[in-house]
Amino acid sequence: MTKEERLKKRHNAEKRFRFYGLLSVSLAVIFVLVLIQNIVSKGSSAFSRTTIATDISFNADLLEIEGPITKKSLEEAEFYDLAVESILKIYPSKDSKEERQVLRLFSPDYEYEIKRYLIKNPDKINQVASVELTSSDDVDQLNKGNFPRDLPEDRRRVSNFQLNIYDNLVEDGKIGKKFNDYFFSKGDSRDPELAGIGGSLMGSFFTITICLILSFPIAIMASIYLEEFAPKNRITDFIEININNLAAVPSIVYGLLGLGILLSVMDFPRSTPLVAGITLSLMTLPRIIIPCRASLKAVPPSIREAALSVGASKFQTVFHHVVPLAMPGTLSGTIIGLAQALGETAPLILIGMVAFVVDIPGTPVDPSASLPVQVYLWSEQAERGFVEKTSATIMMLLGFLIVMNFIAVYLRQKFEKKWN
Amino acid sequence: MKTFKNIIAILAILSFASYANARDQIKIVGSSTVYPYATVVAEQFGKKGSFKTPVIESTGTGGGMKLFCAGIGVNHPDITNASRAIKSKEKALCEKNGVKDIIEVVVGNDGITFSHSTKAPDANFTKEQLWRALAAKVDIDGKLVENPYKKWSDIDSSLPSKKIEILIAPPTSGTRDAWNSLVMVKGCTKGAKSLYEANGKKAKKECAKMREDGYAVEAGENDTLIVQKLAANPDAYGFFGYSYLLANKDKIKAAAVNGVKPSLEGIQDYSYPIARPLFFYAKKAHVGVVPGLKEFLAEFTSKKAMGSRGYLTDIGLVPLASDKYKITRTAAKDLVTIKLN
Repeated sequence: MTKEERLKKRHNAEKRFRFYGLLSVSLAVIFVLVLIQNIVSKGSSAFSRTTIATDISFNADLLEIEGPITKKSLEEAEFYDLAVESILKIYPSKDSKEERQVLRLFSPDYEYEIKRYLIKNPDKINQVASVELTSSDDVDQLNKGNFPRDLPEDRRRVSNFQLNIYDNLVEDGKIGKKFNDYFFSKGDSRDPELAGIGGSLMGSFFTITICLILSFPIAIMASIYLEEFAPKNRITDFIEININNLAAVPSIVYGLLGLGILLSVMDFPRSTPLVAGITLSLMTLPRIIIPCRASLKAVPPSIREAALSVGASKFQTVFHHVVPLAMPGTLSGTIIGLAQALGETAPLILIGMVAFVVDIPGTPVDPSASLPVQVYLWSEQAERGFVEKTSATIMMLLGFLIVMNFIAVYLRQKFEKKWN
Repeated sequence: MKTFKNIIAILAILSFASYANARDQIKIVGSSTVYPYATVVAEQFGKKGSFKTPVIESTGTGGGMKLFCAGIGVNHPDITNASRAIKSKEKALCEKNGVKDIIEVVVGNDGITFSHSTKAPDANFTKEQLWRALAAKVDIDGKLVENPYKKWSDIDSSLPSKKIEILIAPPTSGTRDAWNSLVMVKGCTKGAKSLYEANGKKAKKECAKMREDGYAVEAGENDTLIVQKLAANPDAYGFFGYSYLLANKDKIKAAAVNGVKPSLEGIQDYSYPIARPLFFYAKKAHVGVVPGLKEFLAEFTSKKAMGSRGYLTDIGLVPLASDKYKITRTAAKDLVTIKLN
């Protein structure tokens, strides 16, 4: 083999390696894009809801209010009769069966929506006003094109009669699309059009807050002690090995720990963010301690020596000079640890966070769900409307994770000192 | 550091203060089959405004019984849902832990459908054919052999000449339990049963064993996933509750079993051969302790919920026949308890 041939061979080897590298990067990018495209295309429609503009005659007699009409008396009034009477007027129906079909075009919350409208606009009493009522999930899915309409009637969720009304409404321009505020403000529901992530968002917030309060101070103290003060001997070596091992323990094991100790022995209430926060902080502790120690280690010894040489005590050296310099790394480590805790599902299932919770939790001891668990719960529902809700919740969760990771990167880039 | 201390102190006080008080929210655990119905009732109950919305956790029938029978008091659930009746073992566990007065409520009936894609031609199977397609061992010419059937036409020449492909629920699921007792045991031939007994084995247990050679595929607890897989593959079959068929009838349809297709009426009078009752169990000792429990039982068993035009019927629950309904309504209203032994 001549010199040129050998050179060519070496160059070819490099070219091949570059090609493989490029191939794996592009494969990874394609996988991520396909995943995101799949989630976004399924989930983006969940951010709008279909409304039906309906003329409601606010006949005060039907509300059966005794005495003057005030905000309070309206809040206590039954709006069912008034709502049904006006809604049935959108299309003439022959019998009670058809009337039921007309009512089923709307979400079961129509009476409350009409009530809220009147309380907001009290001058409309004894007048007719057009109110945008939320449609049922069947109409919603039909309007968004997720239900095929050319199937025979017995295979459709929407009957011919209902389809006819829907087409009339579309012609009259009564069907509208609105930003789905329910998705953010409401708790879980069995009606997809009324289900929201408000409850699980609060649940996740409480969980992460408790996790932060518990794990951050403990992790920082532990890492400062181990890195700066502890003598190097067999015991500290043993502790260090164990911390590294604990960081690799599957999260479900911590769930079992929470179930066995917090719920069974200490009798903490089931399905609450308090228990979830404690369980997840056990899981996050080692995962925060490791980057904290690494960032303390990265502070050059010259800083410590300089402080000690001008007479600072060990305590002053560490807290006045070393810890502030290590803070960016410490914070970004903590945020990434918390981001992992936010996306955790398995341990929460064991401590009973997989529950149907309608009321939005107000304290960490109220039963609640969390975002990843909500994804799991909705993915099992039979109704078609939950498919888009599931994907939309994944989008929200991904959004939070991206924001948290971005903050971590930003903190590190902005405040980290480079030692040359 | 001071703020940290304060926050921890506040949290601790908060948690123990509200924990010391009695729970003001009904807690329900149990079967994933009853879960969709119980959640709808809970939501309706909460909307009325007098009480908080109950919290429902889907743990499976067996897991629910374990939690339910663990004891009396606010730390234990008030109600457990079940897709089968309480077993004597579970009754014993309940009694051991002081859960003595249990109210049994029959919620309604549920049919298990054997479904496939709407793109496939209609099909009809007998229970024996279904057993032969799924069983681990079948009897051929008086001998028990490993299941040799690869195509439906191998079982019976009238069936289509398509590969057998069935998505099955995992052994932990209540639907699988019901399928085992209603199809696998009933469809098991006399010949196979006597052969098992001759070998000193329990026929019921052996008949229910499913093949593991790739023709019956475990698809996980997620019925929605099974529906998606069936829609994508016209040759595959799967079994799940009637409500999933109703919600997805643009994608899947049910095969007839013994010539009968699943329908509301057929499941109600059990003329559709794979139908079963659904239950929930409540603790009488918690009535008056947990606010709203009695009212919740009344709401669940009301005509508005469970009746033939009730809101549970809309999502696929098959209502009880009127004589059975009366029994269940009285049990819920007068808090009639069942015998534990």
